[in-house]
Amino acid sequence: MYDFHPRLKERFAALRTGAEFFSLRHVRESGQYLAVRKNVAEPPRFSRDEGAMLTVRVNGVEAYAATNDLSRQGLQTALDRAEALARRLKPHALLDLRDQPVSGDRADYCSPNLEQPFASLSECFDLLGAESASVPKDERLVHWEVSLGVTHVEQIYLNSVGAELRQALRFVYPSLDITAHNGSDTQTRGFGRENFGGQQGGTELISRCGLIGAAPRVADQALQLLLAPNTPEGKRDLLLMPDQMMLQIHESIGHPLELDRILGDERNYAGTSFVKAEDFGHLQYGSNLLNVTFDPDIPEQLASYGHDDDGTAASKQFLIRDGLLLRPLGGALSQFRAGMDGVANSRACSWNRPPIDRMANLNIEPGDQPLEQLIGNIEHGILMSTNRSWSIDDARNKFQFGCEWGQLIENGQLKGVVKNPNYRAISAQFWKSLSAVGDASTFKVLGTPNCGKGEPNQVIRVGHASPACVFSNVDVFGGDA
Amino acid sequence: MSSPTTQAESFKTLVNHLRAAIRKPEQFTLGYAAESSAFVRFNHAKVRQAGEVQQASISLKLINDGRHADLHITLAGDPEVDLQRLTEGLQQLRDTLPLLPPDPYLLLNLTGWQSDNVQAHPLPDTEQVIGEIARAAEGLDLVGFYAAGPVSRGFASSSGAFGWHQANSFNFDFSLFHENGQAVKASYAGHDWSSEGFARRFEQAREQLAFLGRPLRTLPPGQYRAYLAPAALEEIMGMLCWGGFSAQAIASKSSPLQKLYGGDLAFSPLVSLDEKVSGSLSPAFSEEGYPRSDLGLIVEGKAGAQLVGSRSAAEYGLTANGADGGEAPSALNMLAGALPDAEILKQLGTGLYISNLWYLNFSDQPAARLTGMTRFATFWVEHGEIQAPVSTMRFDDSAFSLLGSQLEALTEERECLLSASTYSQRATASALLPGALVSRLTLTL
Repeated sequence: MYDFHPRLKERFAALRTGAEFFSLRHVRESGQYLAVRKNVAEPPRFSRDEGAMLTVRVNGVEAYAATNDLSRQGLQTALDRAEALARRLKPHALLDLRDQPVSGDRADYCSPNLEQPFASLSECFDLLGAESASVPKDERLVHWEVSLGVTHVEQIYLNSVGAELRQALRFVYPSLDITAHNGSDTQTRGFGRENFGGQQGGTELISRCGLIGAAPRVADQALQLLLAPNTPEGKRDLLLMPDQMMLQIHESIGHPLELDRILGDERNYAGTSFVKAEDFGHLQYGSNLLNVTFDPDIPEQLASYGHDDDGTAASKQFLIRDGLLLRPLGGALSQFRAGMDGVANSRACSWNRPPIDRMANLNIEPGDQPLEQLIGNIEHGILMSTNRSWSIDDARNKFQFGCEWGQLIENGQLKGVVKNPNYRAISAQFWKSLSAVGDASTFKVLGTPNCGKGEPNQVIRVGHASPACVFSNVDVFGGDA
Repeated sequence: MSSPTTQAESFKTLVNHLRAAIRKPEQFTLGYAAESSAFVRFNHAKVRQAGEVQQASISLKLINDGRHADLHITLAGDPEVDLQRLTEGLQQLRDTLPLLPPDPYLLLNLTGWQSDNVQAHPLPDTEQVIGEIARAAEGLDLVGFYAAGPVSRGFASSSGAFGWHQANSFNFDFSLFHENGQAVKASYAGHDWSSEGFARRFEQAREQLAFLGRPLRTLPPGQYRAYLAPAALEEIMGMLCWGGFSAQAIASKSSPLQKLYGGDLAFSPLVSLDEKVSGSLSPAFSEEGYPRSDLGLIVEGKAGAQLVGSRSAAEYGLTANGADGGEAPSALNMLAGALPDAEILKQLGTGLYISNLWYLNFSDQPAARLTGMTRFATFWVEHGEIQAPVSTMRFDDSAFSLLGSQLEALTEERECLLSASTYSQRATASALLPGALVSRLTLTL
């Protein structure tokens, strides 16, 4: 681990610049992706990636240069180019960062069980093959795939005021998808993907996430969906399971609270926000049951870390407490620009992209009702599970989401399965209809490696942990098929 | 940054090294991707964030005894280090292959095809571009992103195939915001930056901005006549390309165009869609090492060719036609229609003029039913005259309706839309599309 650290430090110490501040962020990433599709092993895909980003500040103007050349000369060349660019930008720069504080922290952080070797390639393929083979023989089951991705990341951040931050992380992504088709309709039921998404850790995650032995149940659910009626249209109470809450939190709390969006940076691409800077401390975002945290302290969650990519120490913070909006998702730079407190969420997807405000772990705190009570208190409702479709406007307000699995709820009882469950609402009103929050027994730690944002574009890991939640009187509807 | 010529030489050095290192009966394919990019973000007509990125990587596939595995390696740009990484990578794959079962769907292209396409138009100086943008945007709320530089792609195989593609390009993707929060989106992209060309494009966007100052119209959900500008139609086509033409998706019944390929449904006869590689920005060879040729995907509303990668070809008994692993189009070309641009508003009469759509997804994929949002410069038109900008609305409708029974006309003029995507690397995809006049678009929220 960190075997490049001594050489990197030496090369960093030798760098010369006229900048008032500079930093280096080195990222080394390796990965493997294994899959078995309809009982045939796909060719394994491996990756090795390594590079560094040099960032300088000259007269309050910052610029960066990222390079794959990690030699002493390569790093110096990148630093020189960044410095020259920063000087040229002076007349056109939006920001004057001369007074922005920088971090001098020194710390290490690593994923749980990182010292344990991961299962061998053969063991992984055996496991995937066995799961694939356990899909029942039914001619309506036309496609299935079991996969396992593993990514190791080592990052070293050094800067000219003495910061030295090292992170060693391992991410594991198990997944299973089964597709059923009956001549006119197709239904897919998944496990992993959006309803687990991955965690930090080791081989133990494969069994802990429930992948082993899941195929027969998932196949049965796909077949049930083929036979199920469409979701009826109308207003119902909506019980969202954690694997849909994850998407709901992400799109209609996470993105609108990103401070760089509120400051306008993303207006040309990812969009803006219905939330304004002056709303913090005043806006009742949801019902008083809503408690939302930025939480880097759940070790297995995808975006747990000690410091963000600007070197700011991360700690748990309430963004929304008892429904009241308190704090944005903004890193040190955005906090400096907006003059408000935020969180340590300045993050980059790799060495070749600069840090921007990202979600990291954004969670809903558990309430006090077990699942049976949540269901029992619903007179006319529907349970939805596992996201399959997501669409929301650029201000993150009007949304329409769809799930794989629906079950009607009548008079406090779960009833029949329905297919194509969709719902639509407006963020600014939807969270106020939160009427019940599941207790810790319904709480699941989930996440996704696929959050896209930024110019240049970046796709990054985010974590979302949530209990099951009930929303009153929501517009739900089905599909055409 | 190393020059494209140097990059081509570096790639050839790696290929020669690999050819010498291979032990018969081993085979290999080697892909190459490199770019040097200037990235400049603008907010409030000022530079928010700027930098340069230099990156290069190879994708090595080793094949032996019917088994194969892939390794993607970032290069360092130092010949000695890169040869060492390639050597270590080759050994990693050699150690892996005996652990794998033979792959029944392995299909190699054994022809020794050659392809060479180098476009080296000089790129503008970044400082000059920033200056021109700053001057044009004076007094305006501009937000946008400029990306420019050379992009290289290479391919070689142990069968003697060799392809090289290199192109300089720039893409300035921007929006102009009115103080009421409404915005118009535009882009200026290509190979040759022309100050006059940029000024013209910018002026067009500025003219549209004037309409956005009118009082906002809020529409109730319902069905409306609508004109979808090429950029809006591109979003719909993008959804259909998400597995729509993929041979594997069609075979596994998960294509949104399942009913088209099954012959159950058709688009309007006005709709003809090609994957037209020739003349596009994307390489003439696939990452798998197959030369790409032009394909008719939809012919007068009916299903045409599928995009077939090598694994699909082997698995489903088809012929590989140069599709990459994802089997998605990257050079869309839709046949023009007969509606002159000058007639668009008149033919629309009363309804919506939609410049852009945003964040589409399927509400019922087997039915090709889509939902998404209006975004940027959507106007309410009455009797052929723009009346007011329209507040953001959600639509939910079937592609078979929008491009089928409800499609009235396609425009005579088409727009070439170059992808501004920069996920991992700068995209080379493009789309040449007309606008579409539809008699019914369903708005739901």
